[in-house]
Amino acid sequence: MRIVVDFDLCESNAVCMGIAPEIFEVRDDDFLYVLDENPPESMRAKMEESVQRCPKQAISIAED
Amino acid sequence: MNSTSVIVGASLAGINAARTLRLQGHTGSIIVVDADSERPYDRPPLSKQMLTGEWEPEKILLPAGKEDLDLEFRLGVRAKAVDLAARQITLEGADGTVANTAFDSLIIASGASARRLPDTADIAGVHVVRTLADSLALRAELEAGPSRVVVIGAGFIGAEVASSCRKRGIEVTLVEAMPLPLERILGAEMGRVCAQVHIENGVDLRLGTGVLQLETEIVDGVEKVVGVALTDGTSVATEVVVVGIGVTLNIDWLEGSGLTLDDGVVCDNTLLAAPGVVAAGDIARYPSARFGRMLRVEHWETAIAGGEAAARRLLAEASGETPVVFDPIPWFWSDQYDRKIQLAGRPMPTDTCVVVHGSTDEFRFVALYGDGDRLTGVLGMNRPRHVVQLRALFEEGASFSEACERAATL
Repeated sequence: MRIVVDFDLCESNAVCMGIAPEIFEVRDDDFLYVLDENPPESMRAKMEESVQRCPKQAISIAED
Repeated sequence: MNSTSVIVGASLAGINAARTLRLQGHTGSIIVVDADSERPYDRPPLSKQMLTGEWEPEKILLPAGKEDLDLEFRLGVRAKAVDLAARQITLEGADGTVANTAFDSLIIASGASARRLPDTADIAGVHVVRTLADSLALRAELEAGPSRVVVIGAGFIGAEVASSCRKRGIEVTLVEAMPLPLERILGAEMGRVCAQVHIENGVDLRLGTGVLQLETEIVDGVEKVVGVALTDGTSVATEVVVVGIGVTLNIDWLEGSGLTLDDGVVCDNTLLAAPGVVAAGDIARYPSARFGRMLRVEHWETAIAGGEAAARRLLAEASGETPVVFDPIPWFWSDQYDRKIQLAGRPMPTDTCVVVHGSTDEFRFVALYGDGDRLTGVLGMNRPRHVVQLRALFEEGASFSEACERAATL
């Protein structure tokens, strides 16, 4: 599982950071940083929740 | 669960309820009804990217509406009445035909409609922003390059419309009947900050000002707006008026159904309104232990969470499992000009409000709200990291003073 963020869409609402701070971090520059682009399978439910809850639909999960 | 579920409302709450039902093992028929004839779409961009022209309608389609979930959509179809004893709902098609549909379970997610000024529905140039059709109609007028837009109501929709117009370089008069914008939601101190944001962005802001009447002319047999007469004695010439004065709930069709209606569909703390009947989204009123009162929340995220929770409630009822209590932390955002306003929690306007980070002069800060020592709200302006981190304090049950201490460490 690979996390893909469309940074043209991302508006740093930080919802994903609230769900999975170990993967997503919005820093003081107000930009989102993906801390681990290949999160472990155990994080799948949280990654799917992040995809669903992103107000900008900016997050997707690639299987490769 | 192998039975027929009818969902009234194909917007955020309804479509997420449908998705959850299907993914969690509902193998029967799921019928999704909506008066809007468009495929399910996301509303926040309607007052922002759709008005500025950055986005096209295809881009705001809801992902769940595009998934292969074997849903039976009945779009352009209006719910007229429901008979809970007979387990049937009366639906009116776009062509006016009325027919009954049987169901085993019902999810009410019929949402809200924009309020209009009385007797203005037929006046050309007067708009609301609630549906995709509304947004596209207003956008067409903005593209024609009006000399000025008058926005009535400085709530979130009015503020975002004003912002989108300014991004297009259009002059804006923003009229608010209350002495400050958003005071009932954010309190007076933060209302003043929000007012200043409009002024800094070149908006002609008229606070404490009401609308006397719309001035109109008949052009080629069509009544068209040409100005707005205000209670401050002035009249503002304009070709385009946008009305953002709140919503009315789409619950008329439930009158006489036996469900308890009280500014919403009254549910228990699991969103159950009656056996086999749940409610979600703008219309659901539920008891919140977290905030100690009945809440009805019109936020985007609550619509998703409510749709999911309502679906799970039906599934729990069918399987005999213990239902889960619905009591999320309300959270929303509003993008205005280059500012992002985010509020977590549900403060009262009279609550204590303390700026704990940054400064309101720079329009980049975090403020906390408290009722006594109870934390009731976290407000951020261009501070998304802080809002999301402080929002977690609600889950931890932190007090207002603990939250203030924690905020100082961020």
